[in-house]
Amino acid sequence: MSEKAIVCKDLTKRFGDFVAVNHISFDVDKGEIFGFLGANGAGKTTAMRMLCGLSYPTSGEATVAGYNVFKQQEAIKRNIGYMSQKFSLYESLTVRENIRFYGGVYGLSDKQLKEKGDELITKLGLEKEAKMMVGSLPLGWKQKLAFSVAIIHQPRIVFLDEPTGGVDPVTRRQFWDLIYDAAANGITVFVTTHYMDEAEYCNRISIMVDGRIDALDSPANLKKQYDAASMNEVFYALARTAKRSAD
Amino acid sequence: MRTLRLLLEKEFRQIFRDKGLLPIIFIMPMVQLLIMPLAANFDVKNINLAVVDRDHSTYTQQMVSKIASSGYFRITGYYTDYAPALHQIEREKADIILEIPAHFETDLVRESKASVYVAADAINGTKAGLGSAYLNTILGDFNNEIRMKWLPAKMAAAGTVDVTYSNWFNPEMNYHLYMVPGILVLLVTMVGGFVAALNIVKEKEIGTIEQINVTPIKKWQFIIGKMIPFWVIGMVDFTIGLLLARYVYGVIPVGSLLLLYSFLAIYLVALLGFGLLISTYSDNQLQAMFVAFFFIMIFMLMSGLFVSVDNMPSWAKVIAKLTPVTHFIDVVRMIVLKGSRFSDIKMQFLYEIAFAVVLNGWAILNYRKTA
Repeated sequence: MSEKAIVCKDLTKRFGDFVAVNHISFDVDKGEIFGFLGANGAGKTTAMRMLCGLSYPTSGEATVAGYNVFKQQEAIKRNIGYMSQKFSLYESLTVRENIRFYGGVYGLSDKQLKEKGDELITKLGLEKEAKMMVGSLPLGWKQKLAFSVAIIHQPRIVFLDEPTGGVDPVTRRQFWDLIYDAAANGITVFVTTHYMDEAEYCNRISIMVDGRIDALDSPANLKKQYDAASMNEVFYALARTAKRSAD
Repeated sequence: MRTLRLLLEKEFRQIFRDKGLLPIIFIMPMVQLLIMPLAANFDVKNINLAVVDRDHSTYTQQMVSKIASSGYFRITGYYTDYAPALHQIEREKADIILEIPAHFETDLVRESKASVYVAADAINGTKAGLGSAYLNTILGDFNNEIRMKWLPAKMAAAGTVDVTYSNWFNPEMNYHLYMVPGILVLLVTMVGGFVAALNIVKEKEIGTIEQINVTPIKKWQFIIGKMIPFWVIGMVDFTIGLLLARYVYGVIPVGSLLLLYSFLAIYLVALLGFGLLISTYSDNQLQAMFVAFFFIMIFMLMSGLFVSVDNMPSWAKVIAKLTPVTHFIDVVRMIVLKGSRFSDIKMQFLYEIAFAVVLNGWAILNYRKTA
C-alpha cells in the first residue's frame, strides 16, 4: 500500500472572491475506500471535479493515478471512473446498450464488452431486464447499474458523488457490497456521502468545512479524537463551526 | 473511429426511440409544407367593398357592376350615406368604401369630369394598398370606355402608352412556385437548428454530458457525433419536401440537383453550428428554445421568404445578408425556378461556407469539457 492513488497538496479553487476549495492537502492510498464528507456547500463537489479533470484548479498541486491535474487531464480520464449525483446512464437505451456505449468509449473490444456485460448483468441479477430501457428500472437498481458501468473498464480510481442519495437502506447496503468488491479488486474508491453509517464503512474519512479539510483519519480515530460515540457526533462537532451558509 | 461509431449508434437509437421527437422531425414539416403555401398567398382577393351611391344613375350602376365582375371585390352593401358605410369599416365588414357623389352622371356628361372618393381601411396595409390600386385600374378602364364611346377613336387612342408585361421563370405568376422552395428551406432550418440545439442542451439538463466529459471521448468526437445524425435528418427532410413539392405543387427543379444538394450540405453544417452555438450558451432546454425561437423569427422575417430583401431599407439588408437562411432561400429559388448554375451562385456559396466556419468555430471554442 505504498503507492498513492491520489496526492493532493494545497489544492485551491476560487470563483472570483469566493474560495470554494481552500488549500486542501491529502493522500489516498491505492485500494483504499476514502470517504469525503462535508455539509452542503463545503466544497466537496468542486474538489472532486478538479480531481476528475472537469475543472481547473486555481492553484496547488495534485496527481490522480500518477497524472497531473493541470496537464494530463485526458490521461486521468482514461484511468478513472465517475458516478455523479445525477443519474447519468441514458434512460432511452437498454441496460446492454448502456454497457456497450460506456464500456466502448473506454476502449473495450466487442468481445470484452460481451464478457464484462454478461458478468455484470449476472452479478446484479438483471438477466430479465437486460433488454429493458434503463429509464424503466427502479432507482436502486439504476444506481447499482450506474456504479457497475462506471467501473466496467477496471479504472484505477472510481469517484462517487453521493451515489446513494434517495436509495432505501437495503439497497444502500447492497451498494456498499459492490464498493467493497471493487476495492478488493484493487480499485481505489473516493466517495462523498451524507450518510454517517456509510462513513463508518470507509477506511479513512476527511471532513470538509468551509472549503478546508478540518479532520482526516480513520472513523475509529476520529471518534476517539472528538470523544464521540458515533460519526454523527463528530460531524456535528465540525460542521457547527462552519461560517459559510449552506445553499 | 470506434468512439464516433458508438456515439452515432447511441444518437440514432435515441432519436428513433423518442416518440415526441419523431413527428416533429418527419411529420410536422410535411404538414406545414402542405398547408403554408396554400395560405401564404399574396394575391389580394375578396376585398370587401362598401358602395355609397348618392347618384343612382345608369353610369354608377355600370361602374359598380364592372367592379363586381372584376373578381377582386365583393360588394358588401349599398348605402346612400357615408356614415353607415364607415360603420361597416369599423365593424370590419368592409375594407374599402367607394363614394359616388350626387350628380355624378350629370357632371360626367355636362362637364366631362366627375370625381369619386375612395376610403380604405389601412389597418391591413397590403389589402388597402392593393385594393385601392385595383380599384384605380378598374375605374381608369371604365373611364377609357366612356371616352371611347364619346370621342372619335383616333383621338381617344392618342397619347396612351400601353405597357405589356411578361413574367419570366414563372409566367403565370404562380405563387406556389415562389413560396414552396422558400418554405422548404424554412422547414429544414427549424428541424436542423432547433432540434439539434435542444438535443445537446438536453444532455446538459439531465446531466449525462458531465458523464461524457469525464470519459476519454474527445470534444470533436462528441460534436461530430451530435451533428451527423441531424445533418442526415436535414437531408432526408429536404428530399421528402422536394418530392412533395413535385407531386403536390408540380414544382420541378429546373437546375442541377447535385448543385442544390451540395449547397444544402454546406447550409446544414452552418445551421448545425448555429444550433451547437445556442446549446453552448444555454443551461436548459427552455432557455435554448427561446433563444432559438428569437433567431428563427428573425430568419423568417428577414430572409426574403415573405418580403423581398431588395425592398428592405439598407440596414435591414445588412441583417438579411448576415442570415444564413437568406442565401439558401435565394439559391433554392434560383436553382429550382431558374436553373441557375454554379457561377451564378458562387457568392452565396462563399457566404454559406463563411457562416459554417464562423458558427462552428465559435461553438467549438465555446464548448468546454473542462471549466
